[in-house]
Amino acid sequence: MIRELLSRWPVIKQIQTGADGTGPESWSERTRHLVPKNHGAEVARSICPYCGVGCGQLIFHKDNKLVSIEGDPESPISRGRLCPKGSATYQLHTHEGRLKKVKYRRPYGTRWEEVDLDTAMQMIADRVWDTRERTFVEKNDKGEPVMHTAAMAHLGGATLDNEENYLIKKLFAGGLGMSCISNQARI
Amino acid sequence: MPGLGTSFGRGGATTAQTDLARADAILIMGSSMAENHPVGFQWVMEARERGATLIHVDPRFTRTSAMADIWVPLRPGSDIIFLGALINYVLTNNRWFDEYVRHYTNATFLLRQDFKDTEDLGGVFSGWDEEKRQYDPTSWLYEESPEKETRGATGTAPTAGGHGQRGGEASKSNIFIKDESMQDPRCVFQVLKRHFARYTPEMVEEYCGVAQDVFLKAAEAFTNASGPEKTAAICYAVGWTQHSKGPQIIRSAAILQMLLGNIGRPGGGILALRGHASIQGSTDIPTLYDILPGYLPMPFFDVGTYTWDKYLEKHTAQTGIWASYESYIVSLLRAYYGDNAKKENDWGFDWLPRVTGDHSQLGYWLQMEDGKMDGLFVIGQNPVVGAPNGRLQRIALSKLKWLVVRDMVETETASFWYDSPEVRRGELDPKSIATEVFLMPAAGQAEKSGMFTNTQRLLQFHNKAVDPPGDARSDTWFIYHLGRLLKDKAARNRSARNEPMNALQWNYPTEGPTAEPKIDEIDWEINGFTWTDRKLIKSYKELKSDGSTACGCWIYAGFHPEPTLNKANQREPKDYLGHGWGFAWPNDSRVIYNRASAAPDGKPWSEKKKLVWWDEQKKTWTGLDRPDFDLRKSPDHPGDLRNGKGVDALPGDAPFILHSDGVAWLFVNSGLKDGPLPAHYEPLESIISNPLYPDHGTNPAAQTKQRPDNPYAKQPNDPRFPYVLSTYRLTEHHTAGGMSRTLPHLAELQPELFCEISPELAGELGIINGEWVTITTPRGIVSAHALVTSRVRPVTIGGRKIHTVGIPYHWGWKGMAQGDVANDLLAISEEPNVRIMETKALVCNLTRGHRFPDGAGALEQFQREIQRVA
Amino acid sequence: MSTFIHAMNAPTENPDIHSSHTTGFFTDSTLCIGCKACEVACKEWNDVPEDGLNLSGYSYDNTGSLSFSTWRHVKFVEGEIKPGDGGNSGNHLSWEFSSDVCKHCEVAGCLEACPTGALVRTEFGSVFLQPDVCNGCGYCTVNCPFGVVQRNEDDGRAFKCTFCTDRQKVGLEPACATACPTKSIMFGNLEELREHAQSRLSDLHGKGMKDAQIYDPKDTSVKGLHAFFLVRGDPRMYNLPPKPEVPIVYQKDAWRSAVIGSGAFLLAALIAFTGSRHSSRSQRKVSARRSRA
Repeated sequence: MIRELLSRWPVIKQIQTGADGTGPESWSERTRHLVPKNHGAEVARSICPYCGVGCGQLIFHKDNKLVSIEGDPESPISRGRLCPKGSATYQLHTHEGRLKKVKYRRPYGTRWEEVDLDTAMQMIADRVWDTRERTFVEKNDKGEPVMHTAAMAHLGGATLDNEENYLIKKLFAGGLGMSCISNQARI
Repeated sequence: MPGLGTSFGRGGATTAQTDLARADAILIMGSSMAENHPVGFQWVMEARERGATLIHVDPRFTRTSAMADIWVPLRPGSDIIFLGALINYVLTNNRWFDEYVRHYTNATFLLRQDFKDTEDLGGVFSGWDEEKRQYDPTSWLYEESPEKETRGATGTAPTAGGHGQRGGEASKSNIFIKDESMQDPRCVFQVLKRHFARYTPEMVEEYCGVAQDVFLKAAEAFTNASGPEKTAAICYAVGWTQHSKGPQIIRSAAILQMLLGNIGRPGGGILALRGHASIQGSTDIPTLYDILPGYLPMPFFDVGTYTWDKYLEKHTAQTGIWASYESYIVSLLRAYYGDNAKKENDWGFDWLPRVTGDHSQLGYWLQMEDGKMDGLFVIGQNPVVGAPNGRLQRIALSKLKWLVVRDMVETETASFWYDSPEVRRGELDPKSIATEVFLMPAAGQAEKSGMFTNTQRLLQFHNKAVDPPGDARSDTWFIYHLGRLLKDKAARNRSARNEPMNALQWNYPTEGPTAEPKIDEIDWEINGFTWTDRKLIKSYKELKSDGSTACGCWIYAGFHPEPTLNKANQREPKDYLGHGWGFAWPNDSRVIYNRASAAPDGKPWSEKKKLVWWDEQKKTWTGLDRPDFDLRKSPDHPGDLRNGKGVDALPGDAPFILHSDGVAWLFVNSGLKDGPLPAHYEPLESIISNPLYPDHGTNPAAQTKQRPDNPYAKQPNDPRFPYVLSTYRLTEHHTAGGMSRTLPHLAELQPELFCEISPELAGELGIINGEWVTITTPRGIVSAHALVTSRVRPVTIGGRKIHTVGIPYHWGWKGMAQGDVANDLLAISEEPNVRIMETKALVCNLTRGHRFPDGAGALEQFQREIQRVA
Repeated sequence: MSTFIHAMNAPTENPDIHSSHTTGFFTDSTLCIGCKACEVACKEWNDVPEDGLNLSGYSYDNTGSLSFSTWRHVKFVEGEIKPGDGGNSGNHLSWEFSSDVCKHCEVAGCLEACPTGALVRTEFGSVFLQPDVCNGCGYCTVNCPFGVVQRNEDDGRAFKCTFCTDRQKVGLEPACATACPTKSIMFGNLEELREHAQSRLSDLHGKGMKDAQIYDPKDTSVKGLHAFFLVRGDPRMYNLPPKPEVPIVYQKDAWRSAVIGSGAFLLAALIAFTGSRHSSRSQRKVSARRSRA
């Protein structure tokens, strides 16, 4: 044991090898066996969620947990590079301020309350249906079809997936008859 | 959108970011690309290192200017004078690409006798109705083009946005008369020459504040890099769009690129730089009020498209791609309503909501402020920070019955009721706000699968890596399950008003413990399939008007041609344009209108600048890109514009196949609400009066939405607001901050709100770098740290020194990096075509010190301050 | 096609990374767009915490300098702004950006000064600070000629750029170079980078950018840098001292005899302590981890 300890001591190693104590003789076990943190992780190929450039991203994950996110070198758009925002995508998903529960504020309330997801969904459906029932216009005074409600609106979409936008427009306009639908995109 | 859409046919970037590397000159204007699209900017850098000249035109010296060869500082809002002068430079110095212009644009087309230009009428075009504040665009049509029975294009409807105008030309513009000599005073080319004659280098010096030698340096660099052997590209972003005349600024760029022959060619084009991951996607598959997926317009009352017959007549063209309009809309209605859509009920057309008023964001927000709305969904957006007149935005929310916010963090929009500036200074009290708020945790992109469409029309699929935390869900999950609950309610009452809900096809299979809808099923619906045997289609050309096909977005048709082949998820790029990686609409063409990269005879304009060409032996179009053209149509195909139908009727040298005349439009005969040609108007709030048209200071068709809670400075030259104000973004933050101010690694890079002013202005006001200053407009008061820098400089206009105050808008009162909301300073205003607000050029005052305390007495002080300036 | 293009196309899995090669960073400020992606990519990969939310008022630089919690730092230098001239015009310096980093000196002051063997030279020729060995004595911090190494007062230990040794071990480029949108940060074989830098410099001089120069002091006691720079104007504007010297290098022989002389004493001391099951080093590691958590 003493011999083993001694042999690991840099000074002894230096003396033995004639090295100056700054090279491999001083590498710790950890240093010797360093591996990148995404070693052995699975990778999902993704696209950066920030601006419209559309950089490729590699999302490394292990056991349903994110490990790291970096640029996808195969992307012909970005060639593996990311800007500061794209480079922060891991933190975007894992930072402390992430919402994990529904927050509910009742009329005239002064604080948030916790509501479970299913209850919140039912409550929202009730509010939507009530507004639609009260404000839907089937025909104008000439008897022409109007078939809309302009008393509830939607905002958002440029940060969403095409599939999400498709369902929003289909349900809100095609089903509910909401005419006030808008997002960040203008021009 | 309508700037590019009316000019070329499609409202998207004409080129790909990678293709910028092949440019001989790049003009970046209305954008700080290095800051806001840094990774896309690598292609600009690559072009620069290969010898291309990089020109940046911007009021401030930005990180993009620092990379440029030529930096041109100009007065905010004077863009059309500068671009008009470039156009005039091309026309007076014989720099246009003659053969390109003659064959591929409407330069030779004759206009009607009754068309009158702004130069004839002192600032308006013919057709202007001063009382209604709108144009009748009939006189803008080509000579002999028959008017359609349904007058006016969709884009000209007072209530309309401009997103869907391409489906609604006002005339049969396939019928026209040409003057091949281009000498007739009524031909577009001559009209253009007269129109821009007053846009001279002298005018640029006097009113843009750009010295003539600097203007000429830029003009020479850009035009020298154009022609058969060379190409030049233009990149722009919201620095052009967020004006009261944004589409017309883009039109100026389009005209310049048409004259120089730079569209559809490698290293050329116009690249619209979008600020969000799917801003192109969210107009292609819109969450917008005026269009349906694939730019099919909604039914409108004020252009008479509220019945099926009129709707079809309006939007179906005789020639070009829009000849098949019925196939696109019927296939969409089939996707929406399934078997419930029948020929007998016009495929369920009457179930679509009619647009009866200004249902755009800013339009309905004023309705909300007036207490006329019940509810609002906000999904992935933060309007109380990101939208103009923030105070009005927040107070309006307090008048709702319910508000649903979905985001990854608690945004200012969700928390307005307890910690907004209005609450802190006693203007709003939680105890008297009735709004019920649901804040729903949303999944991030790593936690769900789906596709974004990037700035160059490229569909890219992102694959889920991990489950979202806690109760966070994808928006697909939210909308699907909400729809399911609402359909249950509708099913209990089969009334006429519930017909659309009951008819809606909403059978998406789900998977996993959270019952997440299967994304493939939605993608198949978007791609399109045959109705009876559910076979995925490979091209929009397969779509039928008899109900036998369903397709959620006709322009995306073919991206998912097999159940297991999602081209948006392809990851094997084969060439410099990236074919094999993702899928670009239309038809995987990376540079659109690329037929124009070959001369009329089908041969490349030059070996150096070849892209697609006609292979005479194989009788097909071929090349480095997917031809955006009928593969088998030979260059000498005569076409039959007058009597033919569809795309076949277009001749073999007509690259702009969405226009029914097959050419690019120097002169826009229908589709724009504020004129067929760009003309300079001052910003809605300006330091000076309009030097070109003294009687029409601002865009006559723009709407100020002026009201007591949305007041304006006196126009022009309000002595209380002596400085120009311009807002912008920084590299280190993202839009309204929900995805950046909350992250430690980004917050620390730009931790606090600042404004940038010149040393001259700082000297005049005795301001020291870093100290607090307060910026005031009639809408709001914002305090920020002064960053005194010679990168901002005064310009001399009409002998008067004009200072600009620049302010980034990312901050709010939540997250780690906090600051006042810069957008509180802006007015709600609407550009006529797309209803965008003016953020890049307005007026303000600036004083030393912090003037906006919270707590007791703050409201009184705020009101005093506002009154002092109001 | 210029060598620049070649360098820009370098794949992430860099074939230059083998233990037989010395690798390096060449940071070319004429390509830097000041986006700070390097700062973020470094912090994300290495799990380095945010270190202060303070607006400096100095251009767009709110990071200030390299520190124990900032291993890449983009310096912003404002010069003369003239209408007509962008920053790439050869005439004058307008607004320059340069990403600073540990220089991984050929003769490294920190390495020479470290009494515990915490600082070592890796197989890539870089200077690596072993967090599991460092005892926080701080000798390295005063012996770095560039002021790069710094102790975390809460933790006690010193930290600096790791040159992403973990990534290099499996052939990956360091995080900063991987992210850099314009390849202002180039990574690769040190000698090849030096050759490339020379040709880049003559290109720039040819374009009229006479104030461009390479910062790689070989004629001082640091004997050259493994992370070297191309900057415009006076290097001092970028926190780069004109004549960096390694303080301890002149005392090296004295140190060596002192160390050997005390060796016998330390040997005896060590033998006396072999009864302990845990080395003090591993105890320190545990407590350090707690303090970081």
